[in-house]
Amino acid sequence: MVAIQVEYFAVLREHVGHAREHLTTTATTVGQLYAELDQRYAFPEVGRVKVAVNDEFRDWTSPLQDGDFVVFIPPVAGG
Amino acid sequence: MSHFGFSREPLAPERYRALVADPVAGGYASFEGWVRNHNEGRGVVRLEYEGYEALGIKEGNRVVVEARARFPIARAHCVHRLGVLDIGDLAVWVGVTAAHRDAAFAACRYIIDEVKSRVPIWKKEHYAEGDSGWINCEVQPADAPAGSVPP
Repeated sequence: MVAIQVEYFAVLREHVGHAREHLTTTATTVGQLYAELDQRYAFPEVGRVKVAVNDEFRDWTSPLQDGDFVVFIPPVAGG
Repeated sequence: MSHFGFSREPLAPERYRALVADPVAGGYASFEGWVRNHNEGRGVVRLEYEGYEALGIKEGNRVVVEARARFPIARAHCVHRLGVLDIGDLAVWVGVTAAHRDAAFAACRYIIDEVKSRVPIWKKEHYAEGDSGWINCEVQPADAPAGSVPP
């Protein structure tokens, strides 16, 4: 089990109903964490989602470690 | 110092120009993205921009650093607005200086294109009919091939 923090933005924040949460998980990769949270929240279909850990983009296979700060990044639309 | 920033206050291009001033510069090219009153056939009344600021500043800075490596420019900077914007408001500003104009135009184009596609910023449009939607996140069933979502 690892204790982590997740922050949601934009369409995911509105869907989940809050911006931040602390949680403990048995997931060992960020992809597994996404799947676990998708089970809980049934994330909306938004296209290709990316992930960041500790304010850097990461692969979905990246290991999850105690204290990590995870952000799921739905398709962006700056400009 | 980062070459990319966010602002929750109205953008002031005349102030940002100073960030790219350089004695070697013979030209200055800028791009301003404005809030328009329509998108894909619908009337738009205002926008909201939300940003993942910690990563956005890093990624935006990487874009500008890449532009400096790709084009012979002097200085470059980009600022993106966050919060609620009205029609006509300035959403994003890019400024580039270079000895010659070709590089300034090319780098300016590179920066705005990469910022739009890579920096974690989200845009919510509020429509004349009263509804709203997050741009690029409204997937139609036909647009959602199996496996498009991780893991």
